[in-house]
Amino acid sequence: MKLLKYILKRVGMLIITMLVLITIIFFLFRILPGNPVSMYIDSGLDRESQELLLRHYGLDKPYFQQYIIYLKNLIKGDLGNSFQYGKPAIEVIYERFWNTVILMLTSIIIAFAIGIAIGAVLAWKRNTKFDLVGTIIALIARCIPAFWTGMILLLIFSYKLNFLPAGGMHTPGVRFDSIVQKYFNLDFLKHMILPTITSAFYSLATPLLVMRTSMLEIVKEDYIEMAYAKGLQEKYIIKKHAVRTALLPVITIFAVQAGAAIGGAVLIETVFRWPGMGREIVLAVSYRDYPLAQAAFLLIGLMTALFNLIADILYALLDPRVALS
Amino acid sequence: MKKIKRFLKGNIAGLVGFFIFIFFVIIAVTADYLAPYDPMEILYNDDGTVKRLQPPSKEHILGTTYMGRDVLSQLIVGSRVAVLVGTISAICVAFIGTNIGLIAGYYGGVTDNLIMRFVDVVYGIPFLPFSLILVAILGPGVKNIILAIVLITWRNSSRVIRSQVLSLKNRTFIEAARLSGAGNARIIYKHIAPNVIPLSMVYVSTTMASAIMTESSLSFLGFGDPTQMSWGRILFSCYSSQAMFKAWWWMIPPGIAIAFLVLSGYLMGRAFEELANPKLRER
Repeated sequence: MKLLKYILKRVGMLIITMLVLITIIFFLFRILPGNPVSMYIDSGLDRESQELLLRHYGLDKPYFQQYIIYLKNLIKGDLGNSFQYGKPAIEVIYERFWNTVILMLTSIIIAFAIGIAIGAVLAWKRNTKFDLVGTIIALIARCIPAFWTGMILLLIFSYKLNFLPAGGMHTPGVRFDSIVQKYFNLDFLKHMILPTITSAFYSLATPLLVMRTSMLEIVKEDYIEMAYAKGLQEKYIIKKHAVRTALLPVITIFAVQAGAAIGGAVLIETVFRWPGMGREIVLAVSYRDYPLAQAAFLLIGLMTALFNLIADILYALLDPRVALS
Repeated sequence: MKKIKRFLKGNIAGLVGFFIFIFFVIIAVTADYLAPYDPMEILYNDDGTVKRLQPPSKEHILGTTYMGRDVLSQLIVGSRVAVLVGTISAICVAFIGTNIGLIAGYYGGVTDNLIMRFVDVVYGIPFLPFSLILVAILGPGVKNIILAIVLITWRNSSRVIRSQVLSLKNRTFIEAARLSGAGNARIIYKHIAPNVIPLSMVYVSTTMASAIMTESSLSFLGFGDPTQMSWGRILFSCYSSQAMFKAWWWMIPPGIAIAFLVLSGYLMGRAFEELANPKLRER
């Protein structure tokens, strides 16, 4: 019951967050200097046609009224037409949506799997040279800009060794009849390898360091000492007792990291010309295609908020003392 | 003895971070004297052709770019934006975050609830896409990049500082101050604030690191300050000139510079973390 109330409260927060995002984006695009309204309308036109156009787009109404209309359209899923593609912005973004989600979720899962394993080993070998070197490498991994890692990998594997494609999601010209075909083929996998590695490498440090710290806490607990006292082998204790408990905090940060990764996709997708939401938002902003930029921003925001919600719920389920009191 | 040894070990990392940071600050300050060429100057060979993509030589230690510009000079001058954006954002973020954390934590109740829900909302804003749009609309420039960073990043420090304040405000020395007639403002800034300063310093350092990363990311995406050379911008022009496969000397150095400066922030952050939370020292 308490849990249900907590979840409802969090869902309410998600709705408020989205409303704030929508409001921010609405006013950003209209009130700030150099606002895009001036982009819609050619300043070379005479006054009368300018006013006609303003009325046509509904831009002559007061901001508040425009805002209400904007909200109404949004609920209907209408975010306006993309200037570049000449079709509804939401349609364009929806095509990109899965490309981003598949790439980023894969890389974050890989980063967590490897990070948890290395973190556990480092904690097991605590206070040795091995631990020190490992921790330093993890710290450095977080400091290397992901787009630079991507460029280096492209240089090595695509240009020098020439066995992986230099970007994109498919070999140009290839057509697919179904979604399953689009994502389940060798060509797609080949294109996915480098961006996945780049992103996973950048995300590796957080789960690794959290796992290490969490393990170090656990090995001090009484029941671990008890296990030692029982004469159990260290390897067994680490595997069966310590790792399982230490996983809790790592799992709770998974969702938050996944949300952050979707925002960070902007860089990876740009370097590898991966046709996802992140690259689309950069292109849309560069071409001043504002309806498309808004749609991409709101969808990325929705994904981030959803992952935060999942993180909160997971946290409440795994550690009810903290969240529900 | 063992403890002291370990403490020093932790602080060697912090010290290394500090020296890396100072090293870059010195380069940034003296950039105009250190840079052998104007970073934007197009250089020509004796026969009048542009010095396009020349590999490292005595004249150009890090070679030249596609447009015939000196990479080393660009790298040196580029440190200015990194250090500037890093330090200013860090100070602003720590100042705002600490104050919000202090107020929310100290007053509690409705104030706390409202502020913390607001922080939750800010946590829902995707950082890089937001800064990208903000900078694109306000116009590219160092000021707007800093604004975008500060508007979002204060959320991290305020949450942690608040919980620290929550645990501090019921301690006896605060009670004593209140009984002796100290006002709220005095208690907050005279008695509580000094105890959260080490924690704020953690956020000064880590925000510096993340701000530098954000600035170079924005510049790499083509939204950097067009009047200022920056490391991200070097990589942007390298990437977009399609010459990155032919000119490793153009591509490798800026990435290393970014990584080192960001690392210095995280290293200092870890040292402050140990200071703020002595329990960590035992590890």
